[in-house]
Amino acid sequence: MMRIDCKGMYYRKLNSMIRDAVEEGETEFILDNVNGQRYIGNGINEKVSITINGVPGNDLAMFMNGPALVINANAQDGVANTMNAGEIIIHGSAGDVLGYGMRGGKMYIKGNVGYRTGIHMKQYKKQIPVIIAGGNAGDFLGEYMAGGILVLLGLDRDENTPIAGDYLGTGMHGGVIYIRGEVEEYTLGKEVSVLDLDAKDEKLLKKHLSEYCKHFELDLDELLSKPFIKLLPVSCRPYGNMYAY
Amino acid sequence: MSQIPPEFIVKIDYDTCRRCRRCVMNCSFGCMQFKDRVVPDHKKCVACHRCVTFCPESAISITKNELTYKDSANWLPETRQNILKQAETGGILLTGMGNPRPYQILWDHMLIDACQVTNPSIDPLREPMELRTFLGRKPNRLEFTRDGNDEIKLSTELQPQVKLDVPIVFAAMSYGAISLNAHRALAMAAKNSGTLMNTGEGGIHKDLNSYTDNIVVQVASGRFGVTSEYLNSSAMVEIKIGQGAKPGIGGHLPGEKVGEDISKTRMIPVGTDALSPAPHHDIYSIEDLSQLIYAIKEATDYTKPVSVKISAVHNVAAIASGIVRAGADAVTIDGFRGGTGAAPMVIRDNVGIPIELALAAVDQRLRDEGIRSHASILCAGSIRNSGDVAKAIALGADAVVIGTAALVAMGCRVCQKCYTGNCAWGIATQKPELVRRLDPQVGAERLSNLVTAWGYELQEILGSLGVNSIESLRGSRERLRGIDLDEQTLELLGIKPAGIGQ
Repeated sequence: MMRIDCKGMYYRKLNSMIRDAVEEGETEFILDNVNGQRYIGNGINEKVSITINGVPGNDLAMFMNGPALVINANAQDGVANTMNAGEIIIHGSAGDVLGYGMRGGKMYIKGNVGYRTGIHMKQYKKQIPVIIAGGNAGDFLGEYMAGGILVLLGLDRDENTPIAGDYLGTGMHGGVIYIRGEVEEYTLGKEVSVLDLDAKDEKLLKKHLSEYCKHFELDLDELLSKPFIKLLPVSCRPYGNMYAY
Repeated sequence: MSQIPPEFIVKIDYDTCRRCRRCVMNCSFGCMQFKDRVVPDHKKCVACHRCVTFCPESAISITKNELTYKDSANWLPETRQNILKQAETGGILLTGMGNPRPYQILWDHMLIDACQVTNPSIDPLREPMELRTFLGRKPNRLEFTRDGNDEIKLSTELQPQVKLDVPIVFAAMSYGAISLNAHRALAMAAKNSGTLMNTGEGGIHKDLNSYTDNIVVQVASGRFGVTSEYLNSSAMVEIKIGQGAKPGIGGHLPGEKVGEDISKTRMIPVGTDALSPAPHHDIYSIEDLSQLIYAIKEATDYTKPVSVKISAVHNVAAIASGIVRAGADAVTIDGFRGGTGAAPMVIRDNVGIPIELALAAVDQRLRDEGIRSHASILCAGSIRNSGDVAKAIALGADAVVIGTAALVAMGCRVCQKCYTGNCAWGIATQKPELVRRLDPQVGAERLSNLVTAWGYELQEILGSLGVNSIESLRGSRERLRGIDLDEQTLELLGIKPAGIGQ
């Protein structure tokens, strides 16, 4: 186990220390006094665990391929950008453009997420990324989604705040979005439709939410007591009729 | 029944035709049919030249269909055909390649200096002529220290560089836009010629695993196939912001082209549209671009130069300055004649500016700001011959990028129908029976021959200029003169009119 006091440390030094230690076989890190350092976990290909005490900077876990991260605070923008594999647990809220182009692994956020969460998420065969957010999301949730599973729970929310913003699922052509509660039709992108869950959905949701609940000490039955809706793309070829060949 | 008349007329000389049906077998657009004799369906002809090339009797000729429309300088036949097509389909017109409109080709209005009498030229056959070029960030100055043993040591930390044996790079063309055999040919040729091949945004096929020293990988907005392993299996990483043939427009690989192999390299399911919009939605400012540049450098442990590719647009110089300040080690500028596999015709024909003006503006701006050594400039957008290469370098490019020229070397006839996926030469297609038409080994040899030939010619040009290194020509606008160019254009290019001495 390697403990690093990150107070006042420049990101290049911090990330270089972590990379060097991973190469030497270190598998467990605890980072204290993190304050905005960027790119933590970037491009790491080993199954190491990193606990972050403090708020990490942008592009946390970008291009990451395997590590397990626990953030005991909020996170900023760009978490899990083009992430390939791994696990990210955020005990707070997170910013914009989460999981951009994410293709594998999972990201669980206890609180809210910003706009364009899950944009360009994609899946390939068994590699299916999962994002679960406990609170609300901003506009463009699931924009251009080409795969993956996106879940929004809307917990601890006042009734006047919509669970997701406008342009929900715009450009979506793959994957699935589950939302606990209802959304207004005018907030939907043209490329998605709202459906009821079937038995397969409920099984899948139960599986992922079970794990989510363990991380955040939530009651699974209470989560499942309120109905979910499912958003699917209308087509995997949303713009197929736009061109004159 | 379509109202659109054929663009070309196919003529068969039935006296020499011996009905071998080779043209029918070779036509991938369905134009040639056999009914007791060869019968062409003129409407389907795109002038790809496959039938003409393989006819053993030279019995086939193709001419432009000139007699259909009443003459009008304003309402050209193509103009009217395009309206008919849109009236029939309600869709966006697609096309391929770069801007074909008769805008002035500035390369052809620049002339290169030569030495004689008072300042002798150099014989390239007998003198060493250096074409080697290094891409990457250069320090403003080198600093040295003396160590304990009184030995001199370089103390400046050097940034990663990529060596090119010739200042010519193969352009970004994704697997999906072009076939795997075309990708293989480009990779082999890049290795043979000591240069680079850009994989474009479609990921890397495993067949290219042994060419990582000669590959530029691309990070585009769709992030297809982008992993840590992908970034590190390259000589250089390029962030795709824009493309010359379609500035401000993204990429769209239609689902019918996403077969098993492309599904694997792009890591998306078979049959899905692959959408790459023009904006990277994690980039809304130059600071966000800097963040992506350094995210890539962190993922590659600062071992690979990062390039940013932009379209040549009005504000290209300020944009390039921002990109260099953001930490890019190279800037690739793609002019409006730069090729593409598929683009809306209206964008290709009307948006963007010529590479000559963009290159001159960027090089000058970076020099004025004292940051020219911080990034290499690669120039793309219809480099057609070694003369264009020399002029580009004199205007300030470190190297040029060739796309259409490379495709033509492999057999492309510039029929502008790449987007149909029916390429008769096996280049812009994913249909197995067509892909097989391009032998990667033969393609690679033809590509390397082209680079070798241009290399020889560059050496001749350097010799006539009285210099023995491409480095001496770089940014030397004094060695260029303009002919038939207006004063404003001369000023923008930073060159004098022909006839004026030093």
